[in-house]
Amino acid sequence: MEWLSVIVQGTLLGGLYALFAVGLSLTFGIMRLVNIGHGDLIILAAFIALVVVQALGIHPLASLAIVVPAMFALGYLLQRGVLNRTLGESILPPLLVTFGLSVIIENLLLQLFGADTRRLHVGALETDSLVLPGGIAVGLFPLLIFAVAVAVIAALQLLFYRTDLGRAFRATSDDAVTAELMGADNRHLYALAMAIALAVTGVAGVFLAIRSNFDPAIGPSRLIFAFEAVIIGGLGSLWGTLAGAVILGVAQSIGSALRPEWQILAGDITFLVILVLRPNGLFQRTRD
Amino acid sequence: MRAAFRIDRGAAGRVFGLAALIAAAALASLPLWVDSGVTRLAGEMAYYLALAQLWNLLAGYAGLVSVGQQAYVGLGGYALFVLCGSLGVHPLLAIPLAGAAAAALSLPIALIVFRLRGAQFAVGTWVVAEICQLVIAQLPSLGGGSGQSLTAAVVRAIAAGRTTREMIFYWCSLAAGLAVLALVYGLLRSRIGLALTAIRDSEPASRSVGVDTFRTKLLTYVVVAFCTGAVGGLIFLQKLRISPDSGFGLQDWTVVVIFMVVIGGIGTIEGPFLGLFIYFALRQLLADYGSWYLIILGCVAVFFMLYARDGIWGWISARFGLQLFPVRRHLVRVTPARRASLDDAADPKG
Repeated sequence: MEWLSVIVQGTLLGGLYALFAVGLSLTFGIMRLVNIGHGDLIILAAFIALVVVQALGIHPLASLAIVVPAMFALGYLLQRGVLNRTLGESILPPLLVTFGLSVIIENLLLQLFGADTRRLHVGALETDSLVLPGGIAVGLFPLLIFAVAVAVIAALQLLFYRTDLGRAFRATSDDAVTAELMGADNRHLYALAMAIALAVTGVAGVFLAIRSNFDPAIGPSRLIFAFEAVIIGGLGSLWGTLAGAVILGVAQSIGSALRPEWQILAGDITFLVILVLRPNGLFQRTRD
Repeated sequence: MRAAFRIDRGAAGRVFGLAALIAAAALASLPLWVDSGVTRLAGEMAYYLALAQLWNLLAGYAGLVSVGQQAYVGLGGYALFVLCGSLGVHPLLAIPLAGAAAAALSLPIALIVFRLRGAQFAVGTWVVAEICQLVIAQLPSLGGGSGQSLTAAVVRAIAAGRTTREMIFYWCSLAAGLAVLALVYGLLRSRIGLALTAIRDSEPASRSVGVDTFRTKLLTYVVVAFCTGAVGGLIFLQKLRISPDSGFGLQDWTVVVIFMVVIGGIGTIEGPFLGLFIYFALRQLLADYGSWYLIILGCVAVFFMLYARDGIWGWISARFGLQLFPVRRHLVRVTPARRASLDDAADPKG
């Protein structure tokens, strides 16, 4: 029964990792862009939430109403103003520009907020738990995160497969040049894709800030979690990304139950094993 | 009329080669006429030159943009500590052996990360570096998370006196920097270099003319791992202390190296040199402003990637047709009438 509990906790942890990973999965799926600064953007969102909560004295979950639009706008401007210039034949510019952004964001946060660890508090919601049949206690807040992750992915699936904008995204993902010939404005579409990706990242940042301690230096390891979830799940499939995130969460949770120091290592090794056995991930849709 | 061709590698390189030899001799005598602070800085620059040239060979030529080279710096460092501390190998002999250990580990690592392409390869190498760091932090025999120091006996085995030791460290760093430079230069002028240049320009096209891209890349990756491991061993022999955080530090062993290469000019031998001097100048200049120098360096690197992808050297090279390390081949058409004025026929654009 104890192991069942470990797996349930790991699955719920996977919900948070799915929120980390959706943005990365989206930008890769639509414009083949691997944003190395993704982890630091999650932490940036967490710090924006911190500032908003401190300045306005509102409930941390209410800060979503400001953080998400702010990250959406940032995403649009970042892609339109900077990252669109890097897309092309060579893989170096997007890689090195986002790598540079990662270093710039991390060090700016360090200068502005110092290296102290922070956390947003939501009172009883942090500790409340449900007891499932079988006696497994499930934290209410991790459950909420998982539900939000599922809802976000379901909403994005609807957007991609039921709307004109979604069709345009899929068209430019399949063949950017032909989509442009058919009247799609790729630069605008890419900017919107990054905006949506960072809006989800905003949600991830707020939940991260409530669920655990954070400081400016933890961005890169969040990028690694997100990346592992995307690769395990297979490129370009959002439900696959959720599955990858759950697998990663369960692996970390099992590792941590064996020995607390093994948590991250267990996730990394699971990632490598899947990479060796299934190089294209479990549910690949997009061709590289 | 039948045309004849000859290969021209540019005259600037020959003049520069002579000047470089003189400069190397001057650098070797440096500890005899400057104080130990300057020597230490020069030594640091020498091993950073090696790291920058190695990363440039990987990313600029072989198309292997790794963000995980700190793995090999750390592995080399730890290998040296094991070789000297537990096995009693002489520290200077342990430096190349540390490289061999890193190269041995790089082969299985390459077979896994080579499954990832482009930007995913970059993050994959990063994951591998993190795994190396986490695993070593779990091993009590290597000092666990807090690391270990070299024993006094090992330190004395290098040289009894502190001054002599510092000189030896400096000469080792200088030798490492120059050896890597010579290796990269020699490699790029060889058949492998021709294959690497072809891969840099277009991987599918190079494959279509018969370049075995996988083998060329694998060879490059392992050679770079060897050299990076040896440099890592050398670095931590000088520091006398290693921990998982310092050995596998992303910022020290990868971030600043990438910035040097990008600012100076990726895909050239001259570029990393320029980047090296710019990095050290900025670091000295902004030493009192905490992490601002990294923010500024990051902004400068992003600027170059967006607006001047070939870096400072790329601009100089295009503007003046200059090539100090002649690795390119200019095919010059020689007709009988013009054979007399052979040297004037060099086409600077190549």
